[in-house]
Amino acid sequence: MNQIVVSGFGGQGVLSLGLLLSYTAMKENRNTSFLPSYGPEMRGGTANCSVVISEKEVASPVISRPDILVAFNEPSLARFLPAVAEGGRVFVDADTTDERYTSLANVTAVPLGRLCGAYHKGQNIAMFGAVLLCTGMRYESGEEAVRQTFARKPQFLEDNLRCLQAGYAWAQKAGL
Amino acid sequence: MKKLWKGNEAVAEAAIAAGCRCFFGYPITPQNEIPEYMSWRLKEVGGHFVQAESEVSAINMVYGAAGAGARAMTSSSSPGVSLKQEGISYIAGAEVPCVVMNMMRAGPGLGGIQPGQSDYFQATKGGGHGDYRLLVYAPASVQEAADLTYKAFFRADYYRNPVMILGDGMLGQMMEPAEIPAAIDPAALPAKPWAAGGRNGGVQRVINSIFMNPDTLEEHNRELTRKYEDMAKNEVLFEHYRTQDAQVVLVAYGIVARICKAAVDALRAEGIKAGLFRPITLFPFAYGELAKLGNGAAQKFVSVELSCGQLIEDVKLGLYDCEKRPQVGIFARVGGNVMKPEDVVAYVKEGRLSASWIK
Repeated sequence: MNQIVVSGFGGQGVLSLGLLLSYTAMKENRNTSFLPSYGPEMRGGTANCSVVISEKEVASPVISRPDILVAFNEPSLARFLPAVAEGGRVFVDADTTDERYTSLANVTAVPLGRLCGAYHKGQNIAMFGAVLLCTGMRYESGEEAVRQTFARKPQFLEDNLRCLQAGYAWAQKAGL
Repeated sequence: MKKLWKGNEAVAEAAIAAGCRCFFGYPITPQNEIPEYMSWRLKEVGGHFVQAESEVSAINMVYGAAGAGARAMTSSSSPGVSLKQEGISYIAGAEVPCVVMNMMRAGPGLGGIQPGQSDYFQATKGGGHGDYRLLVYAPASVQEAADLTYKAFFRADYYRNPVMILGDGMLGQMMEPAEIPAAIDPAALPAKPWAAGGRNGGVQRVINSIFMNPDTLEEHNRELTRKYEDMAKNEVLFEHYRTQDAQVVLVAYGIVARICKAAVDALRAEGIKAGLFRPITLFPFAYGELAKLGNGAAQKFVSVELSCGQLIEDVKLGLYDCEKRPQVGIFARVGGNVMKPEDVVAYVKEGRLSASWIK
């Protein structure tokens, strides 16, 4: 079972990343729940979501101790890092995260800027690629989920698939 | 086929599957996806969507459409549902079937927009003025929300009574894989011989809740009570989770029951015999089933709720006649906060049962 919290500023693709994880879990025939934060915090403030992926029926969609935390900003780290389960992994952006976090043993700093190049909008997809490997779900299922997400915006599909591939390959190389 | 559905959209589609062709509502967070979905989806199936000028107006439109025989619904969240209470009382008094959704948020007053369960009394004990009851379903997952919404329209027609789906902001906003029940053709539903649908060949049918003669009104009250007693006999739904040998039984409904399920598993892993009793209908309440637990192995009951001590009253009522007099306590978070499974675990492990949620 994976209990994943994704958190960041509104507009960073936090909820999309969480949704992609749930879509991928469905394609893998696993049980899943996607619980977004809602309300004013989504408009310019911080947004977060909780995703549970499980072989069994999902008991609580509310997570006590995430085993994967994806934190796109420092307020998210301040809030959720203390709750991360023992042996859990934390994903952050290498370029924008302070060294006092990136130096921690359980923190994986993904070089999103380098992986995505000029296509800044794809940073959450590259992060999704790295997290995907960590969940043990198949790359093909993740790719299907991305294709489905961009079904109505085909002009963005190729760039995002490239970011997905980059994130996944980076995580493989990093030995995650 | 299973799809990833948002709770609010799943209940909307399930209502359409059940033949609902009339929706009247007024926007309020956190249920706005229901009217948003209905606004385009009802058009596709030849139904009618009206964004009313207020909740009062919307519930009276439901009264009219349902009185004419259509399957009709409205949805709102706590403050909006308060505004609908007068209409709900009239609809119950006139014995008109309809479905009302309440995706609860924290109160009182305008409160906040985050999840709550503070409308438990309102939903289960009448809500509006006069002696009436609603059949109240409290789904705990997106799938169950869809299934119970579908069922609600059939039970509403059967009893000629409003049925309430009592969810909360979290259930409305979360997404889970779910399958919407197969759609029926509303035209194929049996005719409603009481409905004021017009074209009755000159026979007048009156939909009303006014009875000026005390004896006539008393007789009407008797009929209504008979109906509510039938519900209590035939409609009670509940779920047991690892209660068989449980010494501590958590009682919770809706999304909180899911949190408690995880807490039960964690407690069991530590060797504590915990279980969960989940009422699925809140009216009628599963008093008898709870009493069975109280007469068995369970010594402690904890009402876990997002309200300041509402569900606990029905828990106590259910256990009232138990000879062993099990202890009852409460664990609550309110204001839009939601407890985590580990908070429930910590409360149970502490072993002390609080009479008040603030102690």
